[in-house]
Amino acid sequence: MKSIKTMWKHVRRSPYQALAAILIMSLTFLSISFFSFVIFGSSRVISYFESKPQVTAFFKEDATQENIDGLADAVKQSGKVASVKFVSKQEALELYKRQNQDDPLLLDLVTEDILPASLEIATTRIEDLNDVSTQLQQSPFVSEVVYQKDVVDTLSSWIGALRKIGLVLTILLATVSVFIMVIIIGFKISQKKDEIEVMRLLSATKWYVRWPFLLEGIFYGVIGALIGWVISTGTLLYATPLLESFLKGIPLLPVSPLFLIVLLVAELVLAVILGAFSSFLAVLRYLK
Amino acid sequence: MIQLVEVTKTFGTGSSGIENVSLSIDRGEFVFLVGPSGSGKTTLLRLLIRDMVPTKGLISVNNVNIGNLPSDKIPHLRKQIGVVFQDLKMLTDRTIFENILLPLEMAGISDNEAKKKAEDIMSQVGILDHAHKFPVQLSGGELQRAAIARALVFSPDILLADEPTGNLDNTTSWEIIKILQDINKAGTTVLMATHNMDVVVSLNKRTVTLEKGKIAQDTKKPVKSEKEEKEGKEHSEKKHHEEKKEPEGEAEVKKEDESK
Repeated sequence: MKSIKTMWKHVRRSPYQALAAILIMSLTFLSISFFSFVIFGSSRVISYFESKPQVTAFFKEDATQENIDGLADAVKQSGKVASVKFVSKQEALELYKRQNQDDPLLLDLVTEDILPASLEIATTRIEDLNDVSTQLQQSPFVSEVVYQKDVVDTLSSWIGALRKIGLVLTILLATVSVFIMVIIIGFKISQKKDEIEVMRLLSATKWYVRWPFLLEGIFYGVIGALIGWVISTGTLLYATPLLESFLKGIPLLPVSPLFLIVLLVAELVLAVILGAFSSFLAVLRYLK
Repeated sequence: MIQLVEVTKTFGTGSSGIENVSLSIDRGEFVFLVGPSGSGKTTLLRLLIRDMVPTKGLISVNNVNIGNLPSDKIPHLRKQIGVVFQDLKMLTDRTIFENILLPLEMAGISDNEAKKKAEDIMSQVGILDHAHKFPVQLSGGELQRAAIARALVFSPDILLADEPTGNLDNTTSWEIIKILQDINKAGTTVLMATHNMDVVVSLNKRTVTLEKGKIAQDTKKPVKSEKEEKEGKEHSEKKHHEEKKEPEGEAEVKKEDESK
């Protein structure tokens, strides 16, 4: 309790240093929050694409139902397929009509005969997409294989890059925060050198002197994490309607409150660790 | 109680703080430590609170060798030894009351108990009225009393006072000496480093003289003969008359000495 009081006195007596420490921590946790959203969101987007029928094989006019079923069975046996759906000519027309209901001209141009029957196949892993596609292309009854390989590949590479950037940026910001906190707390220790010397001569234990500085680091970390989380979550909630229209069809938003709470708890834990670690480094360096 | 056996403290520069000092102080003694500046008085006091480690020799306090005391035991040693520092070491951003409360807070004593103890000790040394003033608002004598109060909060076995009358006028010096004598009478061993030979001569206590880090003289018995003591008192009285005011503290000290 005494240590908390002393810590609070330290914070109040040098508000600009406290502000600087809180700002750098907020920035770090803001970055951590945003990249957590990106990583979480991208995982959901990839899962969405992975669970969707990603390969569509269109059949030739002369392909019989027996040929189509045979190919579907062969693909299923590969063990790489999550689901196989047969879309008949009629169903294809219905789908086409639904998608273009606002454009009567397009509806007039297309009849059941034009649209081929097809198989919509979802793979269990996105990496298997290529193998399944090759298998389908080798069939003599298949006229064309269409799959979103390029889209998924591009998305995967972007997400991978974003994850790496996020990780590097977070590590960089966390390192910078630690150094800035060490400097700020070290400076405070130097300012209180005489007071600390008097305390020691008056029988203060090592930890009596150390605790307020350690708590100060934890305080800056926790406040920084709260600010970072509040700003990032606020921004996300504010932008949700816009993002929803952008990500039409992908069930990503609104973000689950459970995820936000878990993120807050994880950030608070990290804040305590970062704050305590920085202060401890400062204490070891300046309180010999 | 306090024992130094062939203690030497050499500084990094090669200069000697004290050299081959052997000294034994019994419980309840009042000992003056005198000598010119740089003779090693402060070094000796700092060695006794383990603010320094001796280069050579053995120092024991209450039969504990403090030379090789582990660092976590040092706070316990410092609770047994009250110190009035030469520069007082009062924290300027805290009130006198907070300064005196500090060691009690550090010891984890409950707020109420600590406050009561601090008030008692402030009342004992006569500075309770100044409790909520800051050090800059007090006179030298009042600050010295505050420093003594802080040194006494743990009711230590030993009180070390480094030049407690250093910057004080004669009247205030005697008031401080009176307080230290009262503390000594209550059973606390007092070791006082001083330049004030008037006080040393008048009080006629054991005096250890340091010169260039070595003990030049240790009067285990009173310094003066009865005749010299009488002359010393007359000298002091004359000096006070010159100031046209008899200091209360000194008068009481003399009265007590005369009654012995």
